[in-house]
Amino acid sequence: MQEMIKSLSELYGPAGREEAVAAYIRDVMSPLADEVYTDTMGSVVAVKRGSANGKKIMLAAHMDEIGVMITDIDEQGFLRFSNIGGISPFTLIGQRAEFADGTIGVFGFEKLDDIKDLKLNKMYIDIGAGSREEAIAKVNIGDSAVIHKECIIQGQRVIGKAMDDRVGCAVLIETARRLNNSPHEVYFVFTTQEEVGLRGARTAAYSIDPDYGIAVDVTLTGDTPEAHRMAVSLGKGAAVKVKDASVIAHPMVKDLLVSTAKAKGIPYQMEVLERGGTDAGSIHLIRSGVPTGAVSVPCRYIHTPGEMVDLGDVTACVDLLAGVLEEPWE
Amino acid sequence: MLLARLSEAAGVSGQEDEVRNLIKAELEKLGVSYKTDALGNVLAYKPGRKGGTTVMAAAHMDEVGLMVVGVEDSGLLRFKPVGGIDRRVLVAKQVLVGPDRVPGVIGSKPIHLQKRNERNTPLQWQELYIDIGAKDKAEAEKLAPLGTAVIFATSFKQLSDDIVMGKAFDDRVGCSVLLELLKEDYDCSLVCAFTVQEEVGLRGAGPAAYSADPDLALVIEGTTASDVPGVPEHGHATSVGKGPALTIMDRTSIPARPLVEKLRQVALEENIPIQYRRATTGGTDAGKIHLTKGGIPVAGVSVPCRYIHSPASVASLGDIEKTVRLVKGFLRREC
Repeated sequence: MQEMIKSLSELYGPAGREEAVAAYIRDVMSPLADEVYTDTMGSVVAVKRGSANGKKIMLAAHMDEIGVMITDIDEQGFLRFSNIGGISPFTLIGQRAEFADGTIGVFGFEKLDDIKDLKLNKMYIDIGAGSREEAIAKVNIGDSAVIHKECIIQGQRVIGKAMDDRVGCAVLIETARRLNNSPHEVYFVFTTQEEVGLRGARTAAYSIDPDYGIAVDVTLTGDTPEAHRMAVSLGKGAAVKVKDASVIAHPMVKDLLVSTAKAKGIPYQMEVLERGGTDAGSIHLIRSGVPTGAVSVPCRYIHTPGEMVDLGDVTACVDLLAGVLEEPWE
Repeated sequence: MLLARLSEAAGVSGQEDEVRNLIKAELEKLGVSYKTDALGNVLAYKPGRKGGTTVMAAAHMDEVGLMVVGVEDSGLLRFKPVGGIDRRVLVAKQVLVGPDRVPGVIGSKPIHLQKRNERNTPLQWQELYIDIGAKDKAEAEKLAPLGTAVIFATSFKQLSDDIVMGKAFDDRVGCSVLLELLKEDYDCSLVCAFTVQEEVGLRGAGPAAYSADPDLALVIEGTTASDVPGVPEHGHATSVGKGPALTIMDRTSIPARPLVEKLRQVALEENIPIQYRRATTGGTDAGKIHLTKGGIPVAGVSVPCRYIHSPASVASLGDIEKTVRLVKGFLRREC
């Protein structure tokens, strides 16, 4: 599990370019599911069939991560870029960019009178090219990059980029591995383009047409110095979503998650996220509506290269999902 | 020129009738069958010789404009923008009000009467009004009842062999490209969607894609060109005269990579210069189309236009012609 989280974290997969993550997940999920396919938007869908009387339940975790996209290459070979998803220019200072083919660059910025004036359009990526021609041989306009960062496992804590939401992908995979006794037809959906507007989950949910949905993603915590108040802490268990900016968790799904956690003694905490959304926001509005909830892995420093999660929380999320999928869902 | 008529037709979002009627007349001349859906989108169908793949080409009929929202006792009209309009471009512009094209001008307090600080800030919406010369409220209300759409009174002009100027090139150039596409037969089936209400939230395109149900789609836009003084080269979204612009990403969609790749290949094979749309801001109908049903692969091809969303935009006929060639080349390779 730890090694899988590390591998997933280090994979290249900005929104719109999730192929490497998709290939990894298809490999891992093939022996665990009855059917695995990739849909029009690139989402990987793994189906595990249940008994005759079960429901159709869609679990979703997104494969994509935030990143940047090249918009211009100048005469000297410097690359200008725009953001893919919510990325702050300040988190890019001193970081390295990684492209799909492994090309590495450095984030630089123009001379500024005040660092507060730093904006993405004042920044560039330097891949060490001496000219436009040399740069274009490696990187073209429209190519995307992510932050290049090793994933570290330190005791119970994992630190790396793209924990949002590769840790959710790992939770889904582990849940599939653990799930032997579910009456339900469970769709493990690894979605695309969440970071740019919950897009892949929407089209996947349309095609699958599930009875219920659960999104698995990371959530913010309120447990760091002078943090914005929020009753979620690292290490205190799976977070059961009540609401975020994209969804109000369906009470039936939320209550079932809570009662299952209580019955099985799984550590959990309630999550009320003031800003930000998850795939649940798309899933619950598909067709005539899908009762949808979400289970979140608490994560510090979201959308930075140092996203930190707790392995105990990850296990609690797997326990909770595996547990709830054995319930009858009436 | 068809583009001239399309440009001068009135089509503020939600009131696209003039543009729709013009397009329907053209479709009838071409002998192409079409339907108008509940929202007012026009869907024109060209069955393929082989008919395997269905490609949807989309362009929106509507333009940004103004709407009458109040009438003063004096007969002056209060208005609000429909779509994204920079109010600094409005002062003293001539306009046409309503389906009868009542001429008017956007008035404001003249410089003689402005306080010093008023000269330094752009006029607010509530400080602008439309003067149609009505003598009182009753006369004005007869000519321009609440909800009446207002367009800029801009005549289409050819500025040089290649450069044209007119209003609403966003997205009448796209409409003109679609009408060109329909003149040819292809192996694949083609559905041309002339959509409504793009400028107020990409509203027509989703339902159009839902009923057209294509295998893939191309969105043809008149997009912003910023090859003008004061913008560094890396900030030029697109440049006029350098050929059709392919979208790499915008606020509402990331195009399907295989389609962009194919367009690039067609351009290479047919010797058509292309550029990339460097800006990743703004949105197009692609945003709604690609998320329809189980997902539809979409790419965007744009004609660069300077000064869009203003009374007069400037575009290159060569860019439009190359856009037609590029999309036709794409369609000829589908089956």
